[in-house]
Amino acid sequence: MKYTTAILLLYMVLLCACNTEKMKMAEETTTTPEAKNIEVATIQEMFYLPTAIGNVPVYNSFEGIEPLFQQKNDTLYIINFWATWCAPCVEELPYFEKINEAYREQKVKVILVSLDFKRQLETKLQPFLEKMPLRSQVVVLTDNKYNNWINKVDANWGGAIPVTVIYKGEQRQFFSDQFSDFEELENVIKKLI
Amino acid sequence: MKKIIFITLSVIVALVVFVAATQSTAGLKVGDTAKDFKLKNIDGKMISLSDFKDAKGFIINFTCNSCPFAVLYQDRVVEMQSKYGKSYPVINIMPNDVSIKPEDDFQHMQERAKEVGYQYYLLDAKQEVVRQFGAERTPHVYVLDRNLKVRYIGAIDDSPQNEEDVKINYVTSAIKAIENGKEPEPSFTKAIGCSIKFKK
Repeated sequence: MKYTTAILLLYMVLLCACNTEKMKMAEETTTTPEAKNIEVATIQEMFYLPTAIGNVPVYNSFEGIEPLFQQKNDTLYIINFWATWCAPCVEELPYFEKINEAYREQKVKVILVSLDFKRQLETKLQPFLEKMPLRSQVVVLTDNKYNNWINKVDANWGGAIPVTVIYKGEQRQFFSDQFSDFEELENVIKKLI
Repeated sequence: MKKIIFITLSVIVALVVFVAATQSTAGLKVGDTAKDFKLKNIDGKMISLSDFKDAKGFIINFTCNSCPFAVLYQDRVVEMQSKYGKSYPVINIMPNDVSIKPEDDFQHMQERAKEVGYQYYLLDAKQEVVRQFGAERTPHVYVLDRNLKVRYIGAIDDSPQNEEDVKINYVTSAIKAIENGKEPEPSFTKAIGCSIKFKK
């Protein structure tokens, strides 16, 4: 058992080392004060800026919402991927809403990322939100090149929804199944908060 | 001495972890050979891969009626069928438990096949074939060569929502690779779609 722990720790150290190196590189490239780079950055920023459906922002590219997964503060983030066409997703939305309500005095942030299809935002998502107004923050992601971004959320994401990322600082858990009830979700949150 | 014990134990632990990890994901991987099966087509006839004597390979597509991603791909699947079907039959297999998804039952399958033009749309009622393959979502594609060796697993192409935005059709590029005696690149992608509904 000791050895398993040792090996796991070694793996984790190696993984962390790789990550920080990548981050350093990212920092270097973004802080280069060259006019050309700044121009590129602005164009990219424009590209990542959301449009909107009602008052819900719609992102075309995963890069637009990527910072949501990288917050380094003491807030607990609960990020759930769902869609109106996904029955188990819709079933568990009330659990997230209940968390959002029950923990609003605490450093807890619930974000519901809708993966509804771009061409169905007005016909499916908008009527859904009018019928069932969500009090948690809702964003829409229509990035169609799934194989380019789902691994950035979690390598274990198979390719279906619902999935949920729950994290605070360096502690992070990925759930690739529907929560069976509110208590199951709340237990995870109680442990991490 | 201690060092040797530590190294030996580390290797053993690593092996155990590796074996556990590979066993937990059952099903076929690229390079494995698929087992033939016998399933009922929408016209009532039983279909096996061995029925296709002249096939150069197969496009096995686990799909269904109810999943929006499967619906997005219907026309593209029929397109593949008319383009490659003669040498690479497109075998659609419906793996869902119909008590969970009644709109995927045999009668609805027949209606959908007629509506969109599927030639083969087989019902895997016992969910044995889906388990053998290890498919997890619809649509989930396996491209086999003539020896039933798995050459590609994953999505059909890189743009589910919008056919005009397809940059790579993984299935046709796998077939081209097989034709040219090469390894498909990529040989694996994540199949994006709905989870297959297994009996509880």
